[in-house]
Amino acid sequence: MTVEDPPQVGAGPDPDVRLDAPPILSVKDLEVAYGPTQVIFGVSLDVPEGGLCCLMGRNGVGKSTLLQTIVGLQQPKAGSISLGSEDITKRAPYNRTKAGIAYVPQGREAFPYLTVFENLRVVAEASAKSGPDVIEEVLERFPRLRKILGRPAGFLSGGEAQQLAIARALVTCPRLLLLDEPTEGIQPSIILEIEDAIADLKRDGLSILLVEQYVDFAMRLADTYAVMDVGRIVAGGPTDTFDRGRMQQLMSV
Amino acid sequence: MEVILNQLFVGLSIASILLLVALGLTFTFGQMNVINMAHGEFIMAGAYTTYVLQTALGTGFLTLSFGLALPAAFLIAGTLGLILEFLVIRRLYGRPLDTLLVTWGVGLMLQQLARDLFGAQNVNVSAPSFLDGGLTVAGVSLSYSRMFIIGVVLFVVVAIALYMQRTPAGRRMRAVMQNRPLASVSGVRTRVVDRTTFFIGSGLAGVAGVGITLLGPVGPTLGLAYLIDAFLVVIVGGLGQLRGAILAALALGMANSFIEYNTSASIAKAGVFLLIVLFLQWRPQGMVVQQRRGLAS
Repeated sequence: MTVEDPPQVGAGPDPDVRLDAPPILSVKDLEVAYGPTQVIFGVSLDVPEGGLCCLMGRNGVGKSTLLQTIVGLQQPKAGSISLGSEDITKRAPYNRTKAGIAYVPQGREAFPYLTVFENLRVVAEASAKSGPDVIEEVLERFPRLRKILGRPAGFLSGGEAQQLAIARALVTCPRLLLLDEPTEGIQPSIILEIEDAIADLKRDGLSILLVEQYVDFAMRLADTYAVMDVGRIVAGGPTDTFDRGRMQQLMSV
Repeated sequence: MEVILNQLFVGLSIASILLLVALGLTFTFGQMNVINMAHGEFIMAGAYTTYVLQTALGTGFLTLSFGLALPAAFLIAGTLGLILEFLVIRRLYGRPLDTLLVTWGVGLMLQQLARDLFGAQNVNVSAPSFLDGGLTVAGVSLSYSRMFIIGVVLFVVVAIALYMQRTPAGRRMRAVMQNRPLASVSGVRTRVVDRTTFFIGSGLAGVAGVGITLLGPVGPTLGLAYLIDAFLVVIVGGLGQLRGAILAALALGMANSFIEYNTSASIAKAGVFLLIVLFLQWRPQGMVVQQRRGLAS
């Protein structure tokens, strides 16, 4: 009888992720502005197929804007975004979801007056490839949600709301998951649960772009990393090239 | 006692019509931030639909033409709403004040169109014979036509509640209303949801128009009086709220009916406005409040 290995949390770069293979997400020379104020200047970023890329940087340097541009909530002035071999730069947000991008925004967003179950169901119904069995699969990952399916989503604890937010994204059956600061304002014991869940997703082959300020958490999961400062990528590469001293310099205010 | 019963009944029928008109407004305002001043003209379109069907089928088929008018008015007013959304409103999302001005202009054009088609004079629609007379309860005569209006509105409210709670499209509508950006990045085609909401909301105004033909003559400016009262219902009820709209319509209908009985129509109007001003001092968000979220607003 063989005992299964425990999940490899904290193992650093995953040897199965091939960084020389074509990336699943490729952002090239992206420029984004809010009216006259430009916030992203020529950003290029790859997420390896089946791997996890961690995007770091201080508050307000454009990380969330970058994610919003990738999902189509912001229109870039210039540059391109490709998922696999498809150029999705001009597509409407729902079409990007269809192509396989799922997004968990900062702040544990939900449809506050729909129940937990309705939150999942409305997304499953909107996506062609998804059905009741997909909700069931997602709930397997987050058993905590099963106990609160009938509660309105606006009245959950931080940990529950974050799990719902990730579950909602997974119901679209994505190839790439964008996570914006999933540990922000969450108590430490729940952070470990979320870390486990992310590690599990990665093991099951999902590619992930994670925005995270909590460096230890990020480095335990990441294959590659990138650091943003004032709208530009200023450092990056495979996780084994990560320089903690330089990082601290870039992250300090 | 008779007076109270009678005014309750009249108030209820006023509330029903107001609710029907207000539902469309509250959905389009609550979901899309569009202030649609042409909504009153969709009421008018519904009323003239009844007139046209009645003229075409002749007075021998009043019941048939009236029965046909309900779904026909829903479709015609709904389609007008879709056209308005497609031609004008979709270019103005995120600019509520501009939608107010532009749809006001569209409303004036539709009124003129009605004058050109049907004449500036009011026309009369005859009620089908089964709505003649009334039921006498405790010495008060409750007219069948007002009862019919209340019945239609009850049916519509139940249908809308079921649509929103039980159907996939209804769930999408609530999702978009509660958090539009999140819905759009979760695979929901928000444009389709918006158009559907606009169609249903405008269609309900058409149904209200059919009901109004039972209460008086039909003219090009028929919708305007109801539009203002319906906006009051939307504001007092809270945006985008079915429950709020029902409560507010009842409150306004009753207030109107009782104050009017003791005074006159114009004093009643002033009295109702005064009550609303006082109410909004106390609860500026309206009776039922749902917070809305936005990611990238």
